[in-house]
Amino acid sequence: MTTAPPEQSPPAEVGPGGAGGQGGPQAAAGQAFLPVFVRNLWSANTVTVSVLAIVLAMLFGGVLILVSDEEVLAAFGYFFAAPSAALTESWRAVSEAFTNLFKGAILDPEQIGALAQGSGSWERVLQPISETLTYAAPLIFTGLAVALAFRGGLFNIGAQGQALLGAIGAGVLGFALGLPPVLHMLVALLGAALAGAAWGFVPGILKARTGAHEVITTIMLNYTAALFLAWLIVQRGIQDPNRTDAISKPVHRSSYLLDLPGPSLRANLGIVLAVLACAAIAWLLNRSTFGFELRAMGSNPDAARTAGMGVARTYVLVMGISGALAGLGGATVVLGTEHTLTPQVIGQIGFNGILVALLGRARPWGVLLGGLLFGALQAGGNRMQSYAQISVELVTVLQAMIVLFIAAPAFVKTIFQLRAARAARLETSVAKGW
Amino acid sequence: MSTAVADLTTTAAEAHRYWTRNRITGAVLVVAGLAAAVVFGALATDRDARFTLSEDAAGVALSVNGTVGAVIFGLIAAGAGGALFATAARRWYTLLLGLAIGAVVVSSLCWQVSSAPGDLNYMPLVDVARGTFNAALPLIFGALGGVLCERSGVINVAIEGQLLMGAFAGALVGTLAASAVAGLLAAAVAGLLISAVLAVFAIRYLVDQVVLGIVLNLFAVGLTGFLYERLMQQDAARYNEPVGFGVWRIPVLSEIPVIGPVLFEAHLFLYLALAAVVVIHIGLFHTRWGLRTRSVGEHPVAADTLGVRVRGTRYRNVLLGGVVAGIGGAFYTLFLVSQFTKNMVGGKGFIALAAMIFGRWSPTGALLAALFFGFADKLATYLGAIASPIPSQFLNMLPYLATILAVAGLVGRVRAPAADGKPYVQG
Amino acid sequence: MANDSITLTVEPGEIHALLGENGAGKSTLMNVLYGLLQPDEGEIVVDGETVRFKSPRDAIAAGIGMVHQHFMLVPVFTVAENVMLGAEQVRGGPLGFLDRRRARQRVIEVSRRYGLEVDPDSVVEDLPVGVQQRVEIVKALSREIDLLILDEPTAVLTPHETDELLEVMRGLKAAGKSIVFITHKLREVKAVADRITVIRRGRCVRTTTPDTSEEELAALMVGRAVRLDVQKTPAQPGEPVLSVRGLVVHDERGQRAVDGVDLEVRAGEVLGIAGVQGNGQTELVEAIMGLRPVRAGSVVLGGETVTNRRTRDILRAGVGYIPEDRSADGLVADFTVAENLVLDTYDRPPYGSKLVLDSDAIEAGARDMIARFDVRTSSPNAPVATLSGGNQQKVIVARELARPLKLLVAAQPTRGVDVGSIEFIHQQIVAERDRGTAVLLVSSELDEVLGIADRIAVMCGGRILATVPADTPREEIGLLMAGISVDEEAVP
Repeated sequence: MTTAPPEQSPPAEVGPGGAGGQGGPQAAAGQAFLPVFVRNLWSANTVTVSVLAIVLAMLFGGVLILVSDEEVLAAFGYFFAAPSAALTESWRAVSEAFTNLFKGAILDPEQIGALAQGSGSWERVLQPISETLTYAAPLIFTGLAVALAFRGGLFNIGAQGQALLGAIGAGVLGFALGLPPVLHMLVALLGAALAGAAWGFVPGILKARTGAHEVITTIMLNYTAALFLAWLIVQRGIQDPNRTDAISKPVHRSSYLLDLPGPSLRANLGIVLAVLACAAIAWLLNRSTFGFELRAMGSNPDAARTAGMGVARTYVLVMGISGALAGLGGATVVLGTEHTLTPQVIGQIGFNGILVALLGRARPWGVLLGGLLFGALQAGGNRMQSYAQISVELVTVLQAMIVLFIAAPAFVKTIFQLRAARAARLETSVAKGW
Repeated sequence: MSTAVADLTTTAAEAHRYWTRNRITGAVLVVAGLAAAVVFGALATDRDARFTLSEDAAGVALSVNGTVGAVIFGLIAAGAGGALFATAARRWYTLLLGLAIGAVVVSSLCWQVSSAPGDLNYMPLVDVARGTFNAALPLIFGALGGVLCERSGVINVAIEGQLLMGAFAGALVGTLAASAVAGLLAAAVAGLLISAVLAVFAIRYLVDQVVLGIVLNLFAVGLTGFLYERLMQQDAARYNEPVGFGVWRIPVLSEIPVIGPVLFEAHLFLYLALAAVVVIHIGLFHTRWGLRTRSVGEHPVAADTLGVRVRGTRYRNVLLGGVVAGIGGAFYTLFLVSQFTKNMVGGKGFIALAAMIFGRWSPTGALLAALFFGFADKLATYLGAIASPIPSQFLNMLPYLATILAVAGLVGRVRAPAADGKPYVQG
Repeated sequence: MANDSITLTVEPGEIHALLGENGAGKSTLMNVLYGLLQPDEGEIVVDGETVRFKSPRDAIAAGIGMVHQHFMLVPVFTVAENVMLGAEQVRGGPLGFLDRRRARQRVIEVSRRYGLEVDPDSVVEDLPVGVQQRVEIVKALSREIDLLILDEPTAVLTPHETDELLEVMRGLKAAGKSIVFITHKLREVKAVADRITVIRRGRCVRTTTPDTSEEELAALMVGRAVRLDVQKTPAQPGEPVLSVRGLVVHDERGQRAVDGVDLEVRAGEVLGIAGVQGNGQTELVEAIMGLRPVRAGSVVLGGETVTNRRTRDILRAGVGYIPEDRSADGLVADFTVAENLVLDTYDRPPYGSKLVLDSDAIEAGARDMIARFDVRTSSPNAPVATLSGGNQQKVIVARELARPLKLLVAAQPTRGVDVGSIEFIHQQIVAERDRGTAVLLVSSELDEVLGIADRIAVMCGGRILATVPADTPREEIGLLMAGISVDEEAVP
């Protein structure tokens, strides 16, 4: 297709939103509210697509459960002889899985009943939510890290490595220093943020100075960081002197994140900090001059440069802040729950942060919701594994599928035959190359 | 590559004119070479460093005195660096750089081998070479799969997932059908299936391809892990004891020192890999298919106007790439380990990605890069065995750091196919 | 609707010119003819047979070839590879091994037959633009076509290369080929065309012959008497504001795009830089604005040397900049109109500070600018992408002119803009000049330069050949644009 000089286009339709759909509110004024609402609901708008994506992923998850359940497979073996048996087995398998998912993530109604009868405790009622919040907090941090970079036009896949550096920073400061309680925690968090920021600066500077694509450099740095951690843990001075396996000294109590009373309630200050970070990033993006520059650069770096913005400098700063956020995510794990360093200490929070950022469409409050969803899935998945013997790997599959469908709204639209939305702005970031 | 945003001032631009790339690298290499000669020479002992032409301590060996060897090879590296500094020609860059790096490595080996405890002061070259190839094999397949994909313009970060799915399918079908060949075919199909998802969502639904790759990797890890726990862990004999491939020995040729045992007494995957490199190389650069593929990856609009089917070509190439990568995954379960374990690829897919980039998106480049990275991997294991002071983790970082240097333009310019990652929308 | 019931007939062995302004629908029509677009109604008849082109392949099979305005060449391939792509010479049956020898021979054969010298083994990205175009033509001709479509081929050529191309066209016609020649340049049309079809706003206005006068053709193209002169009073130039001395700037390939340029713009005057696009004007402007490094020479603004200073500092020093490509460099498509209106002033009072934005001030300022510069938009918070091209350009003009300026640099300020907005923008530029601002205008539309400028510098091959007064005859300027300097009238 030739790219001729911009042709003269007719003046645009004047009206809100304007993606020519079924007529705006003016047209609907004469009609009843409910039909219009339902019609707009079943169109490819952001909320509907997100919900349906989750539904679709759950369906697929259900199929997986069925396909790998011995009893279900056996029941289907004699399907024609006793069809109802196959169906009841299927229903049993799937519902057991998903109810446990819910109970592990939100609430177990039995516990409320137990509480009312006096045999339970508040702790057990609140535990599922506590687990969800515990898992959500680091994901919100890494999600914010990736989301912020996205808005600036950068793809920060390095959240995993930056979180690792943050964990290292927090851990080392946690057991190397001896400071009074709150101060120690703050110092460790600061150290984590700085370490993560440093690991984010490197790809930022490389991109600014040499044009090296940040996707490649950050992926490479992820694995470099993991190897560094593996080496560091077994060094003298870091390794726990009482252990021979790869585990560091435990951090001092004074650096722990404040947490809820009750031994089985693991939710801690991390979630509060994560929410505060969301608010801070939202403010940064929308009300600060740096956020203006970041958004301009993310949308059109050439125009930003032409308008005098220092694009290279902004790249570096964005990657630095992004790294700091991811570092805080790693610190939340170390100072909040694990209290020590192991090679697997932060799990996959960096990679999952990418998914969370996509789920939240790179908007801070979207990231918060996405992080809570993923945290819930993780918490529920644990219970699903213990009670229904369904591998927690299913959660990974569900998470991947949810994000896949959200990233391809056209796919969901086709499957569910949704109408085109009035103001559909569904694309995640514009597909870019190396 | 994305457009660089280098804010150069005039002074920096002028300063660059003396310190060209050749000069900077040359100077660094001279310093490194001299440092190697001095440091490794000092650290080395007077014992011999023996490089045996066999799998163990026995047999003919190239012996060199530890100190002497360290110093000489350090000086060779410095010499190469000096030569690079002196010359302005760009084509010597890679050769001299490679020579210098090789010499530094040998210099350090002279030190380490000669200082090995007890009578471990030997390096079994056949074992090292074979280990290098084995370590490189999944990288070769993965990188080739990536090359096929990306040369037609679709970014493939999902190599890790493709390898994993191939490994899983190979193990599963290899056990169920009690046949290695069936397992291999299943691995190819598994790779094909996952790359089909990549193709459809990237080409038809225009999803960002890097995102897609990451999601597919996680999906593959989760899916194979889930099925492993549900099926294989419950009943290994039924699902996870595949019949593997054996080693084939080619007479006469396998008698050649070093090369013989490594290349001519090897398994199917080695031959498949080398054949694939040759076939894909010829295909890409000497056939109509290759010309059209490359045109679609560089300038799809132009190709379209000349009647080349852009989307069809991309679909075909992505699927083909999946097949190749899937076969690479089978290497793990149908030869190396003969059973599937969770997440067994362990990040090698990303090293394969690095090999593809480092090898400049060409099949032979991918082969050489994979061998280089495989060597680093094997060397790390070997040095661990002789209790070397160099931590293995740092050697394992080598592929990643090398790729960073490559994309930062410090090891030659690395240019992806121009339309890589940009979905093609007609009209 | 891009094409509205257009009927076009081309005879064998004729050069048929398709004349129209930017955006009239010529390219759309040709894309349909070449199979790149599907018509909603109507039909194509080739040699008496009705055909349907589902893709360029079908068009090529029917004997139609096209050379696009933006070349369809794979930069990293050689000439021979580009020519054979899609119709490769192969041997070895189904395996399809490329027969490079035969491919090279074909290139040499075609290029010799039609007088288009190209080297089959050179890599396309290393070739100059004129040679690349030749490669495109060779590519089309090598496919046994009877009809060749040329889409604005002379847009990137020097006048000398243009003459060569017209000669080639005559040669092709003598060999029995038909040519459809899309352009908006009247002189070329009159030089080679056998018949001329004028298209305006998607409709065929008239098909006529070359003995129609230029004035009449221009009127047909534009639809009313073209008002090429902007009403303005004579300039009252003051002190020099911008001085450029011996400027040398490189292009992306490291070659000298600006090869030692001297110029001076005084307060209260408009210096227009005329010249065919691609002679260094883009690089010159970017270097002045700090967007491209200066290799030698100096740029002095109001007595202060600003060579290679950051763009931000140059803008702050009182320079306004209208970039030549508004969608790539001038506007952020995802931002609102208001945000775009403060794109280079957001971090200073009243719109913001180094840390925070003042959104109320931004909105108020935006409303003011929208009113003053007649920007048609539903609200300051509408996305700027919903505006028409002309209104988008007015946003940029508003942004730059709303602050006090010493110098305004305007590059192609009315490209792709509707006629009404063109007039408005021209008036604003002249008004700015009357306020005492120095204006540097760069335009490839000679009429625009002749209309607004007080002095004209003609740029060719990276140099300023001469600087002449605005009432210099058109032909003289045309010669200068072709690189022919008649006498040294260097007016600094």
